[in-house]
Amino acid sequence: MIARIWVYLSATPLLWLTATLAAYEAGAWIFGRFGRRPLLNPVLIAVTVLIAVLAATGTPYETYFDGAQFVHFLLGPATVALAVPLFENRAHVRAALLPMLAALLGARGETIASMAPKSVTTPIAMAISEQIGGLPSLTAAFVIATGICGAVIATPLLNLLRLRDYRARGFAAGLAAHGLGTARAFQMDEMAGTFAGIALALNGLATSLLVPALARLMR
Amino acid sequence: MIPALTMLLSCQLAGEMIARLFGLPVPGPVLGMSLLFTLLLARPRSEAVVRDTTATLLRYLSLLFVPAGVGLIRHAGRVRAELAAITVAIVISTAATIAVSALVFAAVARALEKRTR
Repeated sequence: MIARIWVYLSATPLLWLTATLAAYEAGAWIFGRFGRRPLLNPVLIAVTVLIAVLAATGTPYETYFDGAQFVHFLLGPATVALAVPLFENRAHVRAALLPMLAALLGARGETIASMAPKSVTTPIAMAISEQIGGLPSLTAAFVIATGICGAVIATPLLNLLRLRDYRARGFAAGLAAHGLGTARAFQMDEMAGTFAGIALALNGLATSLLVPALARLMR
Repeated sequence: MIPALTMLLSCQLAGEMIARLFGLPVPGPVLGMSLLFTLLLARPRSEAVVRDTTATLLRYLSLLFVPAGVGLIRHAGRVRAELAAITVAIVISTAATIAVSALVFAAVARALEKRTR
């Protein structure tokens, strides 16, 4: 009986779509229940649980993605949606143009200085263009790993540095950890989220222009 | 919700088309974001159409990364041997980017404020 139900469920997108939402809800509940510790990041929990379930049931990722792609697809419209907080806070954004530019250049300088380890943290630009419509690749996997890492360490690290400027905090999170950093920033503060969204867009822009140029130089 | 989604998807679609048409290296959704921003500047009233839906989408932004995150499973075998090294590299480089950009941002913002005062 159970085997028959499993045969049915494993062939429809319904199961893994539901599992994705349920795992995230469970992650969010654990995060809230145990004092919002950074390591209990809902995405980290959801991903860990789902990987364990896929491994235990011997389900290929492709089967999982057939269901989960509906969630995945929303990344595109969500990126477009970042225009709204940007619009609402445009006065603050205009006032912070110079600090943003400096931070972007600073982070770029640091990137070039540490090219080898950093080459794994490929930018949102590639992430988005590769992910939409297709299965995420190894590059995307590293982007995600970087994003989860950034979302986990951003708050404790920025507290350690005693930075209270929410614009700076958000911008840094969005720059280092793209959408996941942005998501985390929106949880903290609307202004932080807005600046994270700009950092994400700027980084995508800068990297897509800079990486080909660098690659040409290094050849 | 449907008018808002139509607007978001139209901007994304236009972004994708522009990027392909002109061979731009910028991702379509990012172009779509600038299109929507321009649209809102030109017609501030249209913000009411998208506000609620975009707020909901952005509240659950991190959920949208879960399917791609589960994709890490496909590379588990390849990565296992160097898991520790890769983890350390990712943590250090991410921490460095966060620290450098946040400190530079805050320092420049502070210097600007001092000068305007």
